Amino acid sequence: MEIPAQRRSESERVVDLDHAATTRLRPEAHAAMEPFLTDRYGNPSGAHATARDAVRALDEAREQVAEHLGCAPGEVVFTSGGTEADVHAVSGGLPPRSGVPICPSTEHHAVLATVDVLGGTVLSVDRAGRIDLDDLRTRLAWLRTAATEETGPGPSVVSVMLANNELGTINDLDAVADVLADVAPGVPLHTDAVQAAPWLDVRERAAAADMVSISAHKFGGPRGSGVLVVRDRVDIAPLLHGGGQERGRRSGTVDVAGAVGLAAALAVTVADRRATAERVAGLRNDLLSRITAAPFAVRSTLGATGWPPPSGDDPDEVLPNFAHVLVADVDPEPLMFLLDAAGVRASSASSCSSGALRPSHVLSAIAAAGAGVEGAALRLTLGPETTADDVDHAVAALQAVIGRLRQHRSNPVVPGVAPDGSVPAVPTAGGTAVASGAGHS
Amino acid sequence: MRILVALSGGVDSSVAAALLVADGHEVVAVTLRLWGGPSDQGCCSVSDVEDARRAAAQLGIEHHVFDFAERFEQQVVEPYVADHAAGRTPNPCVECNRHLKFDALLERADLLGFDALATGHHARIVSVDGRRHVARATDTAKDQSYVLHPLVAPATDRVLFPVGGLTKAQVRERAGELGLRTAHKPDSQDTCFITASGGREAFLSPRTDLHPGEIVDVDGAPVGRVDAVELVTLGQRRGLSLAGGGDRRYVVDVDVAGRRVVVGPPERLQRTRVDLRGVRWNGPVPGDEVSVQTSAHGTAEPATITDVDIDAGRATVRWVRSRPLVAPGQSVVVYRDDIVLGGGTAERST
Repeated sequence: MEIPAQRRSESERVVDLDHAATTRLRPEAHAAMEPFLTDRYGNPSGAHATARDAVRALDEAREQVAEHLGCAPGEVVFTSGGTEADVHAVSGGLPPRSGVPICPSTEHHAVLATVDVLGGTVLSVDRAGRIDLDDLRTRLAWLRTAATEETGPGPSVVSVMLANNELGTINDLDAVADVLADVAPGVPLHTDAVQAAPWLDVRERAAAADMVSISAHKFGGPRGSGVLVVRDRVDIAPLLHGGGQERGRRSGTVDVAGAVGLAAALAVTVADRRATAERVAGLRNDLLSRITAAPFAVRSTLGATGWPPPSGDDPDEVLPNFAHVLVADVDPEPLMFLLDAAGVRASSASSCSSGALRPSHVLSAIAAAGAGVEGAALRLTLGPETTADDVDHAVAALQAVIGRLRQHRSNPVVPGVAPDGSVPAVPTAGGTAVASGAGHS
Repeated sequence: MRILVALSGGVDSSVAAALLVADGHEVVAVTLRLWGGPSDQGCCSVSDVEDARRAAAQLGIEHHVFDFAERFEQQVVEPYVADHAAGRTPNPCVECNRHLKFDALLERADLLGFDALATGHHARIVSVDGRRHVARATDTAKDQSYVLHPLVAPATDRVLFPVGGLTKAQVRERAGELGLRTAHKPDSQDTCFITASGGREAFLSPRTDLHPGEIVDVDGAPVGRVDAVELVTLGQRRGLSLAGGGDRRYVVDVDVAGRRVVVGPPERLQRTRVDLRGVRWNGPVPGDEVSVQTSAHGTAEPATITDVDIDAGRATVRWVRSRPLVAPGQSVVVYRDDIVLGGGTAERST
């Protein structure tokens, strides 16, 4: 049987508005990695010239990363990515740190699931998805009391993401650290800075954290490469035991190319971060204001367009590339399907392994705090290479798709089968065939 | 045409998609996520989604997953549980076709701009006086027209069954020619959300109370016990451990509220009519003799249709020859020759 080539249903043009998911490898990172994928293939654990060459490259990458993250080179642990870094920091390695890990309900699943498996405590958040500091204070105090009365373990770690991966909202880690110092001194603070690293100065924003996770592919580095910063003052066991690489904190042959690529991408990102953030925030604000304009009944989940943020406790404080919106009166699956076909790469609720859309735990959490989250959730995340043309295309596509879905909802085709056989349709002769004609593409 | 094909991960839907692609249609595949619970087969497991994705890749077509789990829970699983609790014997595959595949998915296909929806069912669509009807498959042993009876015009104008004109052997042969990895995958047989190991009892017991009951003979004498009266089907013979030997005995009455099952000789099951609810007709109600099928793999028997109330969805099937009763909850499907004219759900047989 002959199978002809399929006509692509996508339009020619593709606009990537899913940079929070991953990003294209930056040319600088690619160039930096290339020798270590080919000629310079040494294992840094060896004792010969090829190994020493790899050690030197790894040392340089480590120094570069340390400088940009504001730590000592010896505090940088290269990992397989953000998830490993999060699980390591929250668990404290193998065996796990004794006590109760604590995090807010809007953390990434890498943190939440680890806290859950260790029997930890999950804190409430505000309507922007940020940690509720009063709840933190209360729980910490209660756990400390319980521990001193020997009726239960005390807190082991507090993990608070720097920026949320669905909404882009930013936590004030200095304020978190103040609560810790006040109520539970000595309990380490970890931050998942995976989404923040491309856009914020982690060195400054996460200065109060004892451990920091980042992931290379969010800022133009390779997938499968990450860093956990572990300040020297923190006790931590290895998560991966074995040959004792990374000062005994992370065994396994170090991915030199991955580390070098991460360092190179981070260097480029940091170099023009301020200018990029300002430009991208402008595009983001343009995108948001246009798609939330009447008559499309799309609203910004945070009601926020401002950048740079006026102050640390402004509820509108959000990463410059995030636009999270709620589209009333449409279902998320058809919305995503048609946007995809129109060449707009976006994200709805988080996806499960099968690819089906599942409700987002972040939206559930802010709904519990009183935020209205009705409608199809759509996360649009811009990147350094996003252009004004891209925004124009995305706005046009969104308006066409939403218009089509709304029109269909208000004027659906006669359903083929009654909801329940109890109300049978009396068929009319020669039933009319199908399809609201609009929007076939 | 631009066609959405429901790709389950099995051989039939894979070949259905392949035939449409070979005919030059623009084809997009979708796998429905219906069921999040444990399942060892059927259309819902992660491995089935992977099979579907790989088959789509082999055919060079896009593959998507739509999550209809909530609707499936509400429109298939919950009624299935409620029917059992009331002592009825439901047919969830019919309800899935009615509510999911040919309502929600067909509506979705339209919303997304597709001209038609195709599935891998073994059935055909034929025109009679300008109206399109579901009809029996070429491979009568694999015929699925019975479970498709809720599908009537005008929805039939937008539905395609590409493998309905092929035998199962021909389907597998095509799959083999195309090198589809589903070519030798065994057919799914049973309800997708019921595991072979746990059966109906393991599925139902966390969802509804199951009650042990007494089994008595037609004179009221106790002859055994059952673990769950809710799982006993009217007309059932096997699976009851009855004391004493003697003649074959069948379930002739189930009283869920009274926790009592009555068994008796087969002649006690004989009936001449069955009342239906939820009846839908595809076209005019037949006034003459038709053939009527009461189980997925049963044979159709001659009957006439009386007491029709279209608005209330009611009708009565009168058998030309008396026959064993139809368990309440089962689908009853009316055919003329190979063509489905209508169908409904069995209530009382008298």
